[in-house]
Amino acid sequence: MAKKLPAKDVVIIGLGWTGSILGYEMAKAGLEVVALERGPWRDTATAFPSTYAQDELRYDFHHDLFVQTKQTTLTFRNKADQTALPIRSWASFLPGNGVGGAGVHWGGQTWRFLPTDFRLRSHLKERYGKKFLPQDMTIQDWPVNYDELEAYYDRFEKLCGISGKAGNLRGQIQGGGNPFEGWRSDEYPTPPMKQPYGAMLFADAARKVGHSPFPMPAATLSQAYVNPLGMRLGQCTFCGFCDKFGCGNYAKSSPQTCVLPALMRFPNFSVRTESEVLRINLDGTGKRATSVTYVDTSGEEWEQPGDLILLCAFSFFNVQLMLHSKIGTPYDPQTGQGVVGRNYAYQTVSGVNIIFKDKILNPFIAAGASGMMVDDYNGDNFDHSGLGFVGGGYMGATQTGARPIATRPVPADTAKWGSGWKRATAETYRKALRLTVHGSCYSYRDCFLDLDPTYKDRFDRPLMRMTFDFHDNELKMSDHLTNRLADIARAMNPSEIAVAPRKGPYTVTVYQSTHNTGGTAMGTDPTTSVVNRYCQSWDVSNVFIPGGASVFPQNHGYNPTDTVGALAFWTADAIMTKYLKSPGPLVQS
Amino acid sequence: MSASSESISRRNLLASTAILLVTILGRQAYSRTYSGGVLPWEPSGTQPPVPVRPGPWLYFTTDEAATVDAIVDRLIPPDGSGPGGKGAGCAVFIDRQLAGSFGDSRHLYMHPPFANGTPSQGPQSPIVPKERYRTSLAALDEYCKATFAGKSFAALSTAQQDQVLSALEKGEIKLSDGSGKEFFESILQNTMEGFFADPIYGGNRDMIGWRLIGFPGARYDYRDWIERYNETYPLPPVGIMGRADWNTPG
Repeated sequence: MAKKLPAKDVVIIGLGWTGSILGYEMAKAGLEVVALERGPWRDTATAFPSTYAQDELRYDFHHDLFVQTKQTTLTFRNKADQTALPIRSWASFLPGNGVGGAGVHWGGQTWRFLPTDFRLRSHLKERYGKKFLPQDMTIQDWPVNYDELEAYYDRFEKLCGISGKAGNLRGQIQGGGNPFEGWRSDEYPTPPMKQPYGAMLFADAARKVGHSPFPMPAATLSQAYVNPLGMRLGQCTFCGFCDKFGCGNYAKSSPQTCVLPALMRFPNFSVRTESEVLRINLDGTGKRATSVTYVDTSGEEWEQPGDLILLCAFSFFNVQLMLHSKIGTPYDPQTGQGVVGRNYAYQTVSGVNIIFKDKILNPFIAAGASGMMVDDYNGDNFDHSGLGFVGGGYMGATQTGARPIATRPVPADTAKWGSGWKRATAETYRKALRLTVHGSCYSYRDCFLDLDPTYKDRFDRPLMRMTFDFHDNELKMSDHLTNRLADIARAMNPSEIAVAPRKGPYTVTVYQSTHNTGGTAMGTDPTTSVVNRYCQSWDVSNVFIPGGASVFPQNHGYNPTDTVGALAFWTADAIMTKYLKSPGPLVQS
Repeated sequence: MSASSESISRRNLLASTAILLVTILGRQAYSRTYSGGVLPWEPSGTQPPVPVRPGPWLYFTTDEAATVDAIVDRLIPPDGSGPGGKGAGCAVFIDRQLAGSFGDSRHLYMHPPFANGTPSQGPQSPIVPKERYRTSLAALDEYCKATFAGKSFAALSTAQQDQVLSALEKGEIKLSDGSGKEFFESILQNTMEGFFADPIYGGNRDMIGWRLIGFPGARYDYRDWIERYNETYPLPPVGIMGRADWNTPG
């Protein structure tokens, strides 16, 4: 029997980026807020200080900052006619754990989606006609547009202090920035990062080929910065341990560096760590959430009542909690009916590896978001007529370091061990560079999340089951873009080049990205979305999913965090200015 | 951190409920509350690595250790550039890994059923690394003794050792414990981890692996070098525990 605790105004499930932002906004307004976090408390000084944060084995290979699969995992299959099996060790994606969530170990690549991404289906139909899209592609327009979100992107970028160069200031194209980006109301809060040698070689070659390269928008800051909450961030030192690691230098934007110290000042806010939420409880009508049941590490169950429940867990764990709480209709791939678990999507990442004969790149000098980029082939920035696919991505020199257990490039004909391998590794390490395509992944009828019929977690709840494979559209896109990247790579005059477009089937055994999207899509129609344009559940109006990537209707050719942060502020504003004045559905279905 | 200091450092969820728990269950609530007004700070909130000390094998038998030393020294052979896997301490690294949380997969999801899936679904074996090493090392010696007139792997010539490893890699030898290629891939991966991980874990002795390729290790600040293009980085590597020449002898 769960022990009942005193009620709070707001209960937040998960204290990562969205939980911290919502927690801050709600606590600032004077509400009584409690956050429940599955993992431990983490702060920079004690959890990942620069004295020992640079430990590749511990963090990249033993997953010290991630959810341990023993705690929970997913089952996976490519197709619905296969039996899903548990992911016993993470590889393809790396869900975070503890205070800060995946915001602790992200790389800091901070992109806005394109204005056309927000009206994707309408835009493609208008430009290419009704029959251009594959039949089973279930992409849909977002219920918000770029112009509405711009101010919230700006807010999140200022919270983080993002380093970059604007390419479009209020409609005026700016030299040195991304000429394809949506309009920006303001410059980036801090100037672009300095760049490693490999990135500059890429930029020179990209210009030669006719592109306009620009610096990656970076949450690894080019200079010290004080954010609007008074948090002080330091300057990135290019230590090369960023993505998959915590930053010991206060230089990477994270909940720890940007929000938590300010949030913890509020006496009306508290966080309970090592507390895993089992479900959201509903009243007899099923239309109102009354409380949240969670369990501590001794196995004791607690019931935390609250007026407003904010589901701020990592993407597919939001979907899992909606299903365990029986909020919304589960998606049925047979009929295409139902919404929870629908439109799961991912990211189509591919690359070109090059080796130089005589250039010393010092590839270990890098940041999670250093690099020079080209955006000509993202979204619908190029004409797709006759190409046989839709979508795209950015490409560039994104190498985030060269930690040697994982990154030891050798020429293609080298053995994997022995004296030949040893010589080639010593000769090549400093002269090799990885270039990347970061491609979109659209949604399909047969890619979805549901509950596994066989495998259970430690609380005897069914694991989340992922059914996903890359479709021809994405593989063709990857082939086309990876070859355009190879055109630039060849202009760099390498002595060796390896072109590797993404190939099917999708595998969970190779790291690609932790950009898992969809499953609780936001939309204008309750038959094709789980939450409305304010990230509010259509079914239970005091439950919000404020911006986790599970609300994306499909995934675009950019990293998700900037949009996640913007939607968190967007939802916070809707709650403050609309919901609290008149609790109930903010959009009539 | 010891178990006792951990339980002492745990704070009660709420005073009243904690008293209830202690009374009823005889233990504390294992959830922690951090109330606003104070920014929490906890020493050792995570589990930093425990430096590997020289000493006897923690998991391997003497025979197993001899075989592993021989294998790692063929995977990464000593040559003019310096010592190989054995000299770098790769066997010590693997021994300590198998004796720790990696060895028994204690952080992994190990619930049955264990079914054979597609390659894209990832490994599904119920056999944890320490068991795999034990049975496969025994099976490897069994194979070598049957094939090479009673000689164990460690007693073979380096050419014969390379021949056996190469056949394992290609899947041409099926060991009596059912493994072969899988075992080869495991030990290759763990050897590379040992050669290139921070020396705190017992391998990469004297930062041999890092010096071989020119990786400066756990350096923290390259700001003065970010725009020094096409120049070899001049400083020697450092590890989490610094570098030998920083330490005072004795």
